[in-house]
Amino acid sequence: MIPLPLAAPPGVVIADVLASDLGCFPTTDQYFDLVRAFKDEGFEMCVDLCAVDYLEHLDRPLPDGVKETRFEIVVNLLSLSKKLRVRIRVQAGNEEPRVDSLFTLYPGTEAMEREAFDLYGVLFTNHPDMTRILMPEDWEGHPLRKDYAVGKVPVQFKESPGPR
Amino acid sequence: MALEDLQHNFLTGQVEDLVRWARRASVWPATFGLACCAIEMMAAGAADYDLARYGMEVFRNSPRQADLMIVAGRVSQKMAPVLRQVYDQMMEPKWVISMGVCASSGGLFNNYAIVQGVDQIVPVDVYAPGCPPSPETLMHAILTLHEQIRTGEILQRRSEGRPTHVEAQSNVWTPEVPVTVRVGTPK
Amino acid sequence: MSDPTVRVAERVDLLTAETSEGEQGLQPRSKTNTDELGREVGAVLRQSGLTLDPNDVDYERRDDETMIINMGPAHPSTHGVLRLMLELDGEFVLRTKPVIGYLHTGMEKTAEVLSYVQGGTNVTRMDYVSPVANELGYCMAVEKLLAIEVPERAIWIRMMMAELNRVASHLLWMATNGMDLGATTMMIYGFRERELVLAFFEKTAGLRMNLNYVRPGGVAADLPDGWEDDVLVICDTIYERTFEYDELLTGQPIFRNRMIGVAPITAEEALALSLTGPLLRSTGVAWDLRRAMPYLAYDQVDFDVIVGTYGDNFDRYAIRLNEIRESVRIVRQCLEKMPSGDYRSQDPKVTPPPRARIDESMEALIHHFKLFTEGFHVPVGEVYSAIESPRGELGCYLVSDGGPKPYRLHVRGPSFVNLQAVPLLMRGGLLSDAITVISSVDPIMGEVDR
Repeated sequence: MIPLPLAAPPGVVIADVLASDLGCFPTTDQYFDLVRAFKDEGFEMCVDLCAVDYLEHLDRPLPDGVKETRFEIVVNLLSLSKKLRVRIRVQAGNEEPRVDSLFTLYPGTEAMEREAFDLYGVLFTNHPDMTRILMPEDWEGHPLRKDYAVGKVPVQFKESPGPR
Repeated sequence: MALEDLQHNFLTGQVEDLVRWARRASVWPATFGLACCAIEMMAAGAADYDLARYGMEVFRNSPRQADLMIVAGRVSQKMAPVLRQVYDQMMEPKWVISMGVCASSGGLFNNYAIVQGVDQIVPVDVYAPGCPPSPETLMHAILTLHEQIRTGEILQRRSEGRPTHVEAQSNVWTPEVPVTVRVGTPK
Repeated sequence: MSDPTVRVAERVDLLTAETSEGEQGLQPRSKTNTDELGREVGAVLRQSGLTLDPNDVDYERRDDETMIINMGPAHPSTHGVLRLMLELDGEFVLRTKPVIGYLHTGMEKTAEVLSYVQGGTNVTRMDYVSPVANELGYCMAVEKLLAIEVPERAIWIRMMMAELNRVASHLLWMATNGMDLGATTMMIYGFRERELVLAFFEKTAGLRMNLNYVRPGGVAADLPDGWEDDVLVICDTIYERTFEYDELLTGQPIFRNRMIGVAPITAEEALALSLTGPLLRSTGVAWDLRRAMPYLAYDQVDFDVIVGTYGDNFDRYAIRLNEIRESVRIVRQCLEKMPSGDYRSQDPKVTPPPRARIDESMEALIHHFKLFTEGFHVPVGEVYSAIESPRGELGCYLVSDGGPKPYRLHVRGPSFVNLQAVPLLMRGGLLSDAITVISSVDPIMGEVDR
């Protein structure tokens, strides 16, 4: 487990996570400054940004001091010079999830944040183009949320298990 | 004199047969490759499984110049109106082959995002199953389509309710039913 | 009978309304603020480290000086259903906005209703040109959560299949790249070579594409008898044919003029846009996950990481051509060093027992039943596992709630992220180069849209 950067905001909870060198659990206020500290420390690339809806698994294991919410944003950073990976999990909120956008630090997150908005409804402050990216423009709802059905069509000649 | 040579140089036939032969011998597909099936469609057009022997190697980019739309791949909700627009631009006579299980019925993906069968949007003539169908399956589908054209209506348009094909006639090739053979059992 | 011109306008409105995606598309300049202009020109230019040249954004251009055209989802470029809206000044491209989602399949949602063994069939159809890479990324994530060990032979078989897949994928790229440039001979050559690899896949896994061969715990079946001869033929043939491609394309003046100096990108821009794979390596950054963070047995084989200098189209072409040669080299080493042993982990909770044992042992029958009706349970946890697919870093973020189905499966598709480079690469280029740029970025829309 590598240490936090010196410029990181105080009070960020850290823990050991699987297949990464460090796991951080900032609050929404600490999030942007933490990522900026990592970027200045040599983490040149933000590899992945995705959202998770923990509606059916709210009791997931989290380190002490982290208040769990329904939506979580997971960011994976990569340092090419040091060959290290860091995972940052920020609890985004329950009803109207909102976090800061990382676009000004890592322009490559633009499409990833749009996808998280489209499929989960998580809003990103200061994102330049907060529109849907995968679903048609007039689609209602956010498909990957746990309270959105898969949309299975009952198939003839097959025992349909019913709406999921 | 010269007239004696002419006895071998006449060809007679029905107009319908000639029209059907012309239509099936050079069906030009429109490029409508969407997903994995598109790769197998390209492989069918390439050297090993040559589509040029049917006169079909020219995939026309403009739907106005195409006769056949091979819907190769999964059709998402966003793509459905585009599919319909491309189909509407094609000139009669036109045919549709639904290639792969995703185009035929939604395939593996029975969910919110995929249209469960492209026949909900356009009328389909031949369904080619497989995930993805190997180029041989696609060629079988194309040959089935040729058979339909060979025995089909020529005067009615699809939009006026042209039936896809007429009932099988006696000179249509049907596969032989295999005869069960008992091996090693005494009579 | 209404006025003919009015009827045409109504028809145009009706037809465009069917396929217009509203705000997702490129808007005329009058409706776009300067921040948005800066982003659409090339997102990296907004970064504080790189200065934004005001002339680059053409603030003073008016709407009537430029033309917005739509390269709709069905278009001649053989790269799937990508819709590009381009703003042109004559032949020069100013702004670009890719509109994606035309192949959105809801695979991440489908993955939540499929068991872990079925998940491979779903994931393999994302990047449909390199299915083994998808399955490998997914299975490695599952195995990390399960904390099981995969036997040696399975690791080497996986590596060999992954490298053969890389060869097939790059051959397909060369074929479609040639087709996009107009070199149709390359299309025939690429597919001809690819058939050799696909025939071997069919012999081993049963299918040519979308194999579902790599499963959690190992591979689905052992290599067939006589595989050494088949693989040797593949290696020798493809290696020799790469020199044919050199003769056909690399030295040829028309090809060089169309590719050299077209669409260059610098290393800072590439890192800022999170690009990986041949795009990043063409800028000079020698980052290949197989060398930097080795997985499988890549630290036990010799191969070179191919790096470009100028970051232009030609560099990316050269990188992919040479990666074919390097992959053939790796496959030859796998041929020599393939260990014997199990092709799947023998853990009875994960791997179903051999069919013959079901008749003999009650336990085997119960395991078989549980594994195929319910599926094996994966402990609670979350993991991000990444591999180097032919397009870049293919990552799999998997969250498990202890059940037999994934709670959340997110696949980081390299093409989804690499597509963000397209506006930057196309900027200032000609319209005819737009097709070659898309081809050079090598997007596979299945993994862009998932």
